[in-house]
Amino acid sequence: MPDRHETDPGSPEAGPLVRPYVMTWGRQRSDAVQLDMISVVIAARRAEVDEMALEPEQVAILDLCRRPQSVAEVSARLDIPVAVVKVLLSDLIGRGYVLARAPYTTESPVSRDVLQAVLDGIQRL
Amino acid sequence: MASKGSDPSSGENVIPSAIKILIAGGFGAGKTTMVGSVSEIAPLSTEELMTEASLGVDDLSGVEEKSTTTVALDFGRITINDGLVLYLFGTPGQQRFWFMWDELALGSLGAVVLADTRRLETCFPSVDFFERRAIPFVVAVNCFEGAHRYDPEEVREALSISPHTPIVLCDARSRESSKEVLSTLVNHVAETVAAGV
Repeated sequence: MPDRHETDPGSPEAGPLVRPYVMTWGRQRSDAVQLDMISVVIAARRAEVDEMALEPEQVAILDLCRRPQSVAEVSARLDIPVAVVKVLLSDLIGRGYVLARAPYTTESPVSRDVLQAVLDGIQRL
Repeated sequence: MASKGSDPSSGENVIPSAIKILIAGGFGAGKTTMVGSVSEIAPLSTEELMTEASLGVDDLSGVEEKSTTTVALDFGRITINDGLVLYLFGTPGQQRFWFMWDELALGSLGAVVLADTRRLETCFPSVDFFERRAIPFVVAVNCFEGAHRYDPEEVREALSISPHTPIVLCDARSRESSKEVLSTLVNHVAETVAAGV
């Protein structure tokens, strides 16, 4: 098989090995804090973490989030689907272990200053 | 701040805000190539689980009976400054995964529609998608070697692109060329914002 991506995504062999609700204890998307794919998350520095109370994946997330990361980056780096990462993160946020910042949205139009900063940032590359 | 070994960012709990630009276009138009040419990190890929029967429905009970599929999204990152990070998302090429574009599109600064001159028609749906949602976009014609070179105005006519939408020729493999495309987009967004007020 030269290219795995050619597999029909709808075929059974392309399905996940672990159902998402196993990792999230059956909790569903609707329980989650509103997190976007580009919400930026960071481990709260002062939090005393009781690792025994956490899923191994959550410990890995905390470790990764010592630097600010987007939800999408956490998902990609730990190879956990975005929807599952959101549930694990919202639990960590609920425990006060992780802080999150929502992205810019259409409800808050981008200011001229931000656009100029983006333009400058692109041109500096 | 400068001390080694400690992590300054988490120490102060300063959380940057994020903003995103979408890179759309047909399958094989060069989306991931463009993301990679400007990203400061090697492009990452994330998988989103999709339950086809549960679109728009929060309740996932009974999910066992439905077909689950995964959709890969490639993305890159550009740190703008301490407080702002730009993410570039390559959108899924296959038409059947478009339902996830709404989350992707929500709050995006704008989009680049990559046109492949060998298959110009494959970017029609992307153009249509952004036009309907009034998301500012530019069309970037990826000049593949050996492919016929179009004049941007020929592309405009072929795709019925509005005269206000910029069309640029590019080489998605080139950082300079991709930077120019992104700059064109941001300037276009600024004009759109100014015109909309």
